Amino acid sequence: MHGSAFRHKLLTVLLLAPATVWLVVFLVLPFVAIVVFSVGERAPEGGYQAAFTMAQYANLPARATAFWNTLILAPVGAFACLLVAYPVAYYLALRAPERWRLILLALIVIPFWTSLLMRTYAWMYILGGRGIPALLSYIGIEDLRLINTPGAVLLGIVYGYLPLMILPIYVSLERLDRRLLEASADLGAKPLSTFVGVTLRLSLPGVMTGLSLVMILLLGEYLIPSLLGGGKVFFIGNALVDLFLQSRNWPFGSAIAVTLVFVSVVVLIIANRVSTRFSGARQVDLI
Amino acid sequence: MSKSYRDGLPITSEEFVSQLMRLKRGSIGRRDFLGLTGLGIATAVLGRELGLSPTPVNAAENLGDRMSIATWPNYHDPATFENFTKDTGVAVQVNVFGSNEEMLAKLQAGGSGWSLYVPTNYTISTYKKLDIIEPLDMSKLGNFDSKSEDGRFTAEGAIDGVVYAVPKNWGTTGFAVNTKKLAKPMTTWKDFWDVAMAEGDGRTMVHDYQLTTIGNALKYFGFSFNSLKSDELAKAEELLIKAKPHLFAVSSDYQPPMRAGDAWMTMCWTNDGAQLNRDIPDIAYVLGKEGGEIWTDFYAIPKDAPNKPAGYALLNYLMNPQVAVKEHLANGAPSTDARVNALLPKEVLDNPILYPAADLLSPLEFGAAATLTDPARAELMARFKSA
Repeated sequence: MHGSAFRHKLLTVLLLAPATVWLVVFLVLPFVAIVVFSVGERAPEGGYQAAFTMAQYANLPARATAFWNTLILAPVGAFACLLVAYPVAYYLALRAPERWRLILLALIVIPFWTSLLMRTYAWMYILGGRGIPALLSYIGIEDLRLINTPGAVLLGIVYGYLPLMILPIYVSLERLDRRLLEASADLGAKPLSTFVGVTLRLSLPGVMTGLSLVMILLLGEYLIPSLLGGGKVFFIGNALVDLFLQSRNWPFGSAIAVTLVFVSVVVLIIANRVSTRFSGARQVDLI
Repeated sequence: MSKSYRDGLPITSEEFVSQLMRLKRGSIGRRDFLGLTGLGIATAVLGRELGLSPTPVNAAENLGDRMSIATWPNYHDPATFENFTKDTGVAVQVNVFGSNEEMLAKLQAGGSGWSLYVPTNYTISTYKKLDIIEPLDMSKLGNFDSKSEDGRFTAEGAIDGVVYAVPKNWGTTGFAVNTKKLAKPMTTWKDFWDVAMAEGDGRTMVHDYQLTTIGNALKYFGFSFNSLKSDELAKAEELLIKAKPHLFAVSSDYQPPMRAGDAWMTMCWTNDGAQLNRDIPDIAYVLGKEGGEIWTDFYAIPKDAPNKPAGYALLNYLMNPQVAVKEHLANGAPSTDARVNALLPKEVLDNPILYPAADLLSPLEFGAAATLTDPARAELMARFKSA
């Protein structure tokens, strides 16, 4: 009895070991290094030199605009993704013929196999002067500029992050007990109120997962704004790239990175609260 | 000078297909095809991994069988490295970088594995201060001739009489204008900024690089390109922030939008200016009369180079004028070596983009190390970008 409990424990430890080592080496240790850097000073030639100062954190307002732009981009981009993703996920889970479902899902995931840089670069050409505007000029719409506009950035974000939004919503809709929909209709609810009261509510965990996934990735986004927005709007991701790779001010960059991690955690906590509050607490089970 | 890693692929798909067709028709040989498309280099690198590389024939010194170089995109004739491999048995692995700062960060972190790299003038003193650059043993560089080099360029490679780097090529930072869209003749940085806020509204690009963007804004007022004076920087900042809403983009990847006609005017480095003008003659390259930047890219060897003998051997090989001339024809930047200039075709030497008139060159300034590492300029750039 004692021996089997020990074996059971050992097995648990062994199974968890790879993930633990991975997290410690690639998440915890780098984070500790960043925290240490963030209380240091920039060396005269750039980089880091040891110190203990809060000066970097005191300097955070110097990137206030970048933080502000990011805190607007992340939710706006995530909600734009949601608006496009929900109908697609709904169709896939509840309307698409069974035999097509797998193929359609694969079609959504396949673009992920190409790097985001490549796909975003392709959009630069599609939206650039020799792409869509050239086609539009054939039907008389002249001198339309699409590239380097806020709309181009939003399009790039929706395109790039759509699968991350569709998949969790699809999963939660697919698990939906159809009998609840019939019950709602039998009890006299109109389609719209069935959708809002039953479908949407029960798929909220998926919606919140999708929103927080996309929002957290958008908090660090820098590629799409610089390629499709012409680098004219400065996000916190762009500020980080400049601080580490251009001015080589690692301590200030680290302080911003620590702050960004903190903001991401807050976003996650809020998303989790909202999700359990509105759906989890009222989970209905017919069986 | 910073170059974006996307400055253009080594070969476009159209060009690749047309070369392939030429190969099929037999109008070029297989070797030319490999050289022109860059496939040869790729094969050489793969061949090394598979152990297919030729064995050294008569190497005086043991050069090993591989080395690695850090350089800029589109900066070499791929055939150069292939021929070096053929002669010495040393396969060359090429790493391309987006900016001097990235190169510096990688080398500073250690274990870069490079035996040769291509820093720009203003970073050499920083490498020296960090003690990560090798003082060159000139006896191993028989092909280098300081007498045939332009002293203006070699000076930037030496510190206290010790040579740390020898010049690869030089260039300038001016601006490119699509003269079909912006017909008004422009000759100064004042023109550049004024037109950017008027006729060129929404069609002008500036570099995503503080050295040149702030430097060229300083030139609007006639201040030094390298100024660190706070009152002068404040005026430059005012101009930059006033111009910001009129800009098409803040980006160093300006070739695609200039070619597509989305952008009409951009800050521009020599070699890009020459390439744009070669393909689209309506695009002119202008050097601001007030001055601006002149730069030189150098070859240097890191202190921790894993294969110094091969690094020296390749550097010496690249200093051979017969080899260097092909490099210049491939990357389009002007040469610092009179022996190379003597071999270049007349139309290259007569190209005012590559070899501008002396009166345009004399006011130009080399970027200074202090300009690049100055925190005040970095913060100014961040304020400009977030405005």
